Amino acid sequence: MTFAVILVAIVIISVLFHFLSPWQATPLASNWGSIDTIITITVVTTAIFFIAIVVFMAYCVYKYQADPERRSEYKPENKKLEWWLIGVTTVAICGLLAPGLVVYDDFVHVPSNAVEFEAVGEQWRWSYRLPGADQKFGRSSVSRMDEINTFGLDPDDANGQDDILVAGNQMHLLVNQPTKVLLRSKDVLHDFYVPQFRAKMDLIPGQITYFWFTPTVPGTFEILCAEYCGIGHYNMRGQIVVDTASDYQQWLSEQITFAQVLTGGTVEGLVEQGQLLASSRGCLACHSINGGPSLGPGWLDLFGAKESLVDGSEVLVDADYLIESIVDPAAKIVAGYPPVMVAYQFSDEQLESLVAYIESLSSESAEPSNKQPVEE
Amino acid sequence: MAYVDDAEHEELHEPTSFYAKYVWSQDHKVIAIQYSLTAIAVGLVALVLSGMMRMQIGFPGSIDMDSTGYYQAMTMHGMIMVIYLLTALFLGGFGNYLIPLMVGARDMVFPFVNMLSYWFYLVSVLVLIASFFVPGGPTGAGWTLYPPQAITAGTPGSEWGIILMLVSLIIFIIAATMGGLNYVTTVLQARTHGMTMFRLPLTVWGIFVATILALLAFPALFVSGIMMLLDQTIGTSFFMPEMMQFGTQLDHTGGSPILFQHLFWFFGHPEVYIVALPAFGLVSDLISVHARRSIFGYRMMVWAIVAIGVLSFVVWAHHMYVSGMNPYFGFFFATTTLVIAVPTALKVYNWVLTLWRGNIHLTVPMLFSLAFIVTFLVGGLTGLFLGNVVVDIPLSDTYFVVAHFHMVMGVAPILVVFGAIYHWYPKITGRMLHDGIGQLHFWITFLGTYLIYFPMHYLGFLGMPRRYYAYEDYQFIPDSAQSLNAFITVVAIAVGISQLLFLYNLVYSLFKGKPSGGNPWRANSLEWLTPDTPPKHGNWGESMPVVHRWAYDYGVPEAELDYVPQTISADQVPVHESDLDE
Repeated sequence: MTFAVILVAIVIISVLFHFLSPWQATPLASNWGSIDTIITITVVTTAIFFIAIVVFMAYCVYKYQADPERRSEYKPENKKLEWWLIGVTTVAICGLLAPGLVVYDDFVHVPSNAVEFEAVGEQWRWSYRLPGADQKFGRSSVSRMDEINTFGLDPDDANGQDDILVAGNQMHLLVNQPTKVLLRSKDVLHDFYVPQFRAKMDLIPGQITYFWFTPTVPGTFEILCAEYCGIGHYNMRGQIVVDTASDYQQWLSEQITFAQVLTGGTVEGLVEQGQLLASSRGCLACHSINGGPSLGPGWLDLFGAKESLVDGSEVLVDADYLIESIVDPAAKIVAGYPPVMVAYQFSDEQLESLVAYIESLSSESAEPSNKQPVEE
Repeated sequence: MAYVDDAEHEELHEPTSFYAKYVWSQDHKVIAIQYSLTAIAVGLVALVLSGMMRMQIGFPGSIDMDSTGYYQAMTMHGMIMVIYLLTALFLGGFGNYLIPLMVGARDMVFPFVNMLSYWFYLVSVLVLIASFFVPGGPTGAGWTLYPPQAITAGTPGSEWGIILMLVSLIIFIIAATMGGLNYVTTVLQARTHGMTMFRLPLTVWGIFVATILALLAFPALFVSGIMMLLDQTIGTSFFMPEMMQFGTQLDHTGGSPILFQHLFWFFGHPEVYIVALPAFGLVSDLISVHARRSIFGYRMMVWAIVAIGVLSFVVWAHHMYVSGMNPYFGFFFATTTLVIAVPTALKVYNWVLTLWRGNIHLTVPMLFSLAFIVTFLVGGLTGLFLGNVVVDIPLSDTYFVVAHFHMVMGVAPILVVFGAIYHWYPKITGRMLHDGIGQLHFWITFLGTYLIYFPMHYLGFLGMPRRYYAYEDYQFIPDSAQSLNAFITVVAIAVGISQLLFLYNLVYSLFKGKPSGGNPWRANSLEWLTPDTPPKHGNWGESMPVVHRWAYDYGVPEAELDYVPQTISADQVPVHESDLDE
C-alpha cells in the first residue's frame, strides 16, 4: 500500500514540477521555434507513457500484494497483447521521429540567402571573421598564424584582403538575416552555443563545421563553449549582439580588414603594441580587461594595486612583478586563482609593451616612480 | 553434452592451502567475490569524487578545489563508474558467480584464464589509482578522453595522467577479454543435462549477450587507446591535426579528432548495453521470483535482449549529432536510435505485466527492482529526447544529458546491483542481509536519486552546460538555479553517506545475519538447488543437476507449492513449455 501510494505521489509531483518549475528554456531568439515544438511533442508523448506505466505498476503493487491464500496466475505469454504493445509503441515512436526528421531537414539545409560569418575558437576565447565586400573568405591555415596574422590568412589570396577581422569576444549580427556560422578551431574541440538560439555545433581543429540560424530578437546574447576544452572551458565567453540594420552598418564600418591589419603590422606606441600582443597571444582569454570574471587576475586597475599571494604575503603590482609573472608564472601565485598558466616567451621589447598596456588599464594613472623604469 | 559427462566424472582437486583457495583461486565463486569487492572499493573512490564535485557546484568555493581538480574528479568519477565499477561488477562479479551455477556447470570452462582475468583487472585498477600520484595528477580530459585536448597542455594530466589512463584501459580490456571468452564458452558448452538455451534464466541471457557485445566493442577502444598513446608519446598524428597550443604551432599534422570520436562511441554505445543488459537479465529474475509469477513473455524478452544487442552497434553516432560529422548521418542514426526503443519498451512492459496478477512480496530485492523500473523508465524516455537528432541539438552538452545518463545507466543499474546483492547474498554467505537496514538503505537511495536527477533535467532545458567548474555571471542562468544546485548537492551527499548503511549491512550480516538455508526466496533456478550453501568447490557434489523445465514455473496450477524448481521432472509436475508454441 505504502509503496503504491509513493509511486502515485512520484507521478503527481513530477507532473506538478514540470508546470511549476522556474527552470525552463530561455526565451527563444531565433527561427528554431520548430525545435521547441518537437520538444513539446516529446514531453507530452513521454509523459503519457510515464504516467500510464507507473500508475499501472502502482495498481499492480496494491492489488496483487502478497497473500498466502492466493496464487499468481500462470500465463507465461500473451502474444496478442505483446504485439499490440509493440504496435502502439511503434506508432508513438514514429510520431516523435517523423516530425523531428522534418525539422532536422531544415536544420541541415542552409537557405540560399544566408550570409556567412566565421567563428574561431581557441583556449579560451572567441574571435570572428566576415568575408568582406567580395563575400568570399580568404584561405586560412594554422601554419600561417602568428602575432599579427592571428587568423592565419594567406596574404597572397586576393579573397582574404577584404576579410573583416573581429579580434574581441563580441560579434554583431543583423536581425532577421538568415546566418550561416562557419566554425574553425585553432587548438582543441570547442562548441559554439547560444542558448536562446537553440542550435549549437562543435568546432574541430583541422576541419570547418557549420550550422545556420536566423536571429529574430535584437539584443545581446552570451556565447558559451559547450564542448569540454580544458581547465578554462567554463569561462570561454563570447557575445553576440543582434542589431537592427542601422546599428549593424555603424558597427561594420568600425571594423578593420585583413589588408589593414597587414599594413598596420608595425603599430605605433607601446600601449598599442601591447594590446595587439595581449589579444594575439591569447592573454585576454584568461585575463579580463573590463573587470569581468576571469581565470587569472583581471587587468583592470591591476597595475599599482597590491595582490595577496597564496603564501599569505602581499606584492605590489609593478613592472618587475608583471614580467616575472609572464615568464615564470609559478613564481608568485595570487590567492584565489589556480596555478595553471604556462610560461610565455617574449622579447624584452614585447614585455615592455605588455606592461605598458596593462598599466594603461589602471584608471588612476600610476605613480611616476613606477612608470619611469618602464619607459627607459 | 560431452562436457557435462566429463564434469560428472572428473575429480575435483579442491585446493587446500589458504593461498590457493582465496588468493590465487581458480574457483569462479571466489573470483566473483574478488571482482566484486575490488569494484565496490574503487566505486567508493568514484563516489567520493562525485561528492567533491557536487560541493563545488552546489556551494562554490566550499572545498579547496580548483578547476584542475574539478575536471580530474569529473573524469575519474565517470571512467571508474562506467568501466571499473559497473562493467567489472556485472560481468566479472555477477557473471562469474551466477553463470556456472545457473547453467549447471562445475566452474567456468577455463578456470586458469578466469583467474588471470581478475589479476589483470586488479592491475588495471592499481595503474588507474597510481595516476593520482604522478606529476600533474590524473587526466582531466573527461571520461570520453577526446583528443586533441586529452594530450595537450590546457588539460590536467596531459603528460602522465593520460598515459596511465590509457595503459589501465588497455589492461582492463585484456582482462575483460579473458573473462568474456570464458563466459561465452561456458554458456555455450557447459550447460548441464536438459538446460537448453531457452531454459536459461534471463540473467544468463543478459550477461551472455552483454559479453558478446564487450568482445566486439572493446577492441575499438583498445586500438584507439593505442593510437592515442602513440600520438602522446612518439608524436604520431592519428588524432592530431595541424594545431596551435597557447600561441605556438605543434608538430602534428593531418590527424582526425573526429575519428577518435567514432572509434570511442563504436565502443561507447555498446558499453551502455554491456551494463544495461545484465541489469535487464538480473532484474527480470528478481521480479519473477518475488512476484511469484512466471516472467511475462520469456521468449520475447530473450529476442529483445538479442535485438538490443545487435542494434546497439548501429546507433553510436547519436552521441555525435553536434560533433561536426556529416550532418546527413543524423537521419540514419536518429532512426536506428528510436527503433531500439521498441524492444527496450517491450522489456519494460513485460516487467510490469509480470506484476499483473502476481503475488507480490515487497522484499528488499523486489523494492530495488521496482525502483529500477521507475528510474529506468525515466532514463529511457528522456533517451527519446536525445536520440531524436533535432531535439538533441539544444539539449546536448547540457545538464539534461547528465540527468539522462545518470538515470539510465548510473542509478538504474546500481539499483539492480543492490537488489541482486540483497537477493543472492544468502547464497554467497549462507546468511540473510538485515532487512530493516536494507529498507532504510533502499528508501534513501531510491527517493534520493530521484530528487537529484529528476529536477536536473530542467537545468538542461534552461541550457546550463555540463562540465562547467563554475557558473558565475552568466546572464541567462537565474539565481534560483544555484539554489536548485545546492539542493541537489545536499541530497547527493545524503545519498552518498547512506551507502555506508549498505557496507555496514554487508559486514554485519556476514557474522550476525539470520541463517538463510539453501533457498530462502523459494526460487526455481539451479543456483538455489546446490547441495551446500555456500556452494562448495565444484558446486554440485557427486552428481550434476538434470534440468526438466524453464526457471519460471511459479504458480503452476497442478503443483503443490507455488514454485517448481528446474530439476523437478515432468512426471512430478507437468511441463507447460509445449503450450508456449501455440
